[in-house]
Amino acid sequence: MVTDIKIPELGENIESAEVLSVLVQAGQKIEKDQPLIELETDKATAEVPSEASGTVKEVLVKAGQSVKVGETILRLESADEKEAPSPPRASPPSRTSEPSRASEPSRVNEPTEETVVSSQAPSRTAAEKTMDDENGGPGKAPAKSARSEPKRPSARKSAAPKPRPPAPEPLRLVDTPAPEEDEETAMPPELGEPAPAAPSVRRLARELGIDIHQVAPGRGGRITEEEVKSHARRLIAGAQEHEAPGLSLVRSGVPDLPDFSEWGEVEREHASKIRRVTAETLSLSWSVIPHVTQFDRADITEVESWRKRMHERADTSGAKVTITAITVKVLAAALKVFPKFNSSYDARTEEIVYKKYVNVGVAVDTDHGLLVPVIHDADTKNIMSIAAELTDLAERARSRKIQVDELQGSNINLSNLGGLGTTYFSPIVTWPHVAVIGLGRASLEPVYLDGAFTPRLILPLSISYDHRVIDGAEAARFLRWMAETFQEPMQLALEG
Amino acid sequence: MAETPEGVRLAVIGAGPGGYAAAFLAADYGLPVTLIGADENPGGVCLYRGCIPSKALLHLAKVIDESEAAASWGVTFEKPRIDLDRVRAWKNEVVGKLTGGLGDLSKRRKVQYLRGTARFEGARSLSVAFDNGNTERVDFTHAIIATGSSPAVIPGFDPDSPRVWDSTSALDLPEVPPRLLVIGCGYIGLELGSVYAALGSKVTVVEMLDSILPGVDGDLVRPLERKLQKSFAAIHTATKVKESFEQDEDFQVTFEGAYSGTETFDRVLVAVGRKPLTKGLGLDAVRVSTNERGFIQVNPSRETTEPGIYAIGDVAGEPLLAHKATHEGRAAVEAITGRHGVFEPQAIPAVIFTDPEIAWAGLTETEAKRSGKKVEVGRFPWAASGRSITLGRTDGVTKVIVDPESKRVLGVGICGPGAGELIAEAVLAIEMGATAQDLDLTIHPHPTLSETIMEAAAAIYGTSTHIHRPRRG
Repeated sequence: MVTDIKIPELGENIESAEVLSVLVQAGQKIEKDQPLIELETDKATAEVPSEASGTVKEVLVKAGQSVKVGETILRLESADEKEAPSPPRASPPSRTSEPSRASEPSRVNEPTEETVVSSQAPSRTAAEKTMDDENGGPGKAPAKSARSEPKRPSARKSAAPKPRPPAPEPLRLVDTPAPEEDEETAMPPELGEPAPAAPSVRRLARELGIDIHQVAPGRGGRITEEEVKSHARRLIAGAQEHEAPGLSLVRSGVPDLPDFSEWGEVEREHASKIRRVTAETLSLSWSVIPHVTQFDRADITEVESWRKRMHERADTSGAKVTITAITVKVLAAALKVFPKFNSSYDARTEEIVYKKYVNVGVAVDTDHGLLVPVIHDADTKNIMSIAAELTDLAERARSRKIQVDELQGSNINLSNLGGLGTTYFSPIVTWPHVAVIGLGRASLEPVYLDGAFTPRLILPLSISYDHRVIDGAEAARFLRWMAETFQEPMQLALEG
Repeated sequence: MAETPEGVRLAVIGAGPGGYAAAFLAADYGLPVTLIGADENPGGVCLYRGCIPSKALLHLAKVIDESEAAASWGVTFEKPRIDLDRVRAWKNEVVGKLTGGLGDLSKRRKVQYLRGTARFEGARSLSVAFDNGNTERVDFTHAIIATGSSPAVIPGFDPDSPRVWDSTSALDLPEVPPRLLVIGCGYIGLELGSVYAALGSKVTVVEMLDSILPGVDGDLVRPLERKLQKSFAAIHTATKVKESFEQDEDFQVTFEGAYSGTETFDRVLVAVGRKPLTKGLGLDAVRVSTNERGFIQVNPSRETTEPGIYAIGDVAGEPLLAHKATHEGRAAVEAITGRHGVFEPQAIPAVIFTDPEIAWAGLTETEAKRSGKKVEVGRFPWAASGRSITLGRTDGVTKVIVDPESKRVLGVGICGPGAGELIAEAVLAIEMGATAQDLDLTIHPHPTLSETIMEAAAAIYGTSTHIHRPRRG
């Protein structure tokens, strides 16, 4: 029996991923749960394990390709049922021009009716038949890639997008259909969600190489010839409307790059999915949010000496109490005191959406790009457990073992560049957040205290905020509250 | 319009409604085409031994029924006298006229028609065997397999016995048996049972599953079942044939299940479905694969696992319906000629030409229930239709099945005289993505049965003119 292995659910709101690597090849024998391919979703990687053991019949994806949830990645010949060995093949199809009459008449018998030994089942009625099979019969598409397609003129040329050097995503073209399910397991076609387009319009889309399901309906919720044509024009222009909202921002209005090779050698590298998503997200955030950045300073002399003591103790449990962990706690408390900073702005309804939960994202610099794992419900956790969770998340982010849902749902982000020596900077608020906190490197500074200059450890604090929601005075109060809490940690117990 | 590529030679094996439609379209696109069929002219099972002759006879059955019904409207006819030879001749005239027409159309299109049996010699050549023992080689660049299906047989009934009929022999009208047993209550069994009942046979039908027309929505089947209970001697559902003895002149058949007992029949019509016909085609010589049920595996363009060889119609999978074959054939030719043909209907209509007829398209309520899909159903009983009252036929029902959110039409089911004609509007509605409101707002001519579709759509909104059933809530 041949089983189609498909892309499983990858997590909330994750519909597509990029194939990072294919770990098996056709003909290979594999075990159940053996990893088949490695996927990169928006921010994490995941392996797709095999649902069964058997022999790989066909691999339908390749590295670099974008795939959707539910898409078939390979076809597996299950081990439990052996197929009879196929008869030896006749020599490859050759087109002999001279008709020969070599065939013996005895071989060309009238097709005799084979006796069906069945129970008295009045077979399946037309009703079942219709249902079974509405959209394409027991269609099992053989892979088309390796086949010579006899005489198929490339009528697609006109609509095909111009090749651009760093092709960001291969365009989805409908005429390389994914193999369908096995008839036995085939669910009836989903009649509820067919494209709202007349047969003639669906045909036009096919001829233009457009997946009708990607075309946005027009007036009255219907897809007409006009929608298909304008979709095609957009595809040709290289802007895929159905992509994440940020993507069009990344591309729109950006002029073509100059030809750098005029001035010297260049090399082009395909941007990783993480890089591209970062570009999309930040383009969107920067263009939507009116940013303001303010700075403050926190005296962390006492906190730091306390931290060092705790650090030694924590080491035994594996968790490291860091300034970042402490700041997550302080920030979580601040969000309870200043709920506006834990909100989002809904520009459509002109409402401010207050969140009753406190999830804090912490930026982690990894070899493959910026990842922001999330401490969920940070306000309910103590510094020790935040520290333990952060250590674990950061490690797994760096080794790409982090799960997609651990990267989702943050309300505000914290970026600590202190380890690298920065002081103040202006981070970008990640839409739909309304604020972001930046930490620089703490340094000993002379502070005039009680009539004398005293060396104090000063932590540079930065906040960028969405001025649509937050005013300067509010941000100043917020950052001051954080700074004071570092100085007077009891404030955590009092107000936080 | 795409230009037809040079150098393409098409061979179409099987000249039924799939094969000849494909051959004609290919010829219209300028391809040289060889069409191979078993009969004198193209037509296949549909025209020679299926759709067409059965519909001619069902028309006759309906005339007989209506002439009886007319008595209650004040017009009395004599009891009909059946001249079976004349009936047979008329049926053959119908078949001859249509198949002759197809032969003529083939010639006009310069389609080479070979009457013989084809067998693959390789992925680019066929040999065709003729009745006289000669063979001819046909080379091609592309081939379409459209060999169709044949009636399935069951153990215990010798298919070679002249007293055991299948649909083909029943349509030959050899005689009108006094007592006819029909095994299988699918559409073939009920249609042919209806013909013989009208001609005077006492017809008993037996079905292994729980209802006649298994899989069809119960509310559509019920009016037909009530009528058949009058015209048939007996309907045994959930019943099997336990054993059967063929005697000199008749059969002793023992039933078990919901009904048990032993009865005598003069003839037995086996109508337990059809199976794909690939035997003798020489599929071993090419890389065409079939599935475990014998259907040839094809992709959405109907191309088999052997590049350049396509399969359409019954041999390529269910539903086994002529109009499905025709459209698949056209899709295959469009793929072959670079026109991106894909067989992707939103709905394939199905019609049972009994009296009343049953027709449906798209999603059925049974299927919605099975798959857990939420739907809304607007129902219009024909008792409220002016037209059906003038016909003396108020036993029908029309229902429109829509998506509860968008009100998009997902399926339509109709039972009543002429349902087969009415369903075409529903198929178009589904293909065009129409909503119930579109059907409701479209003016339908009065007084016609087509109004029932409009009113069933209006019933979704609780605003059907001729039924008062306000929407809840």
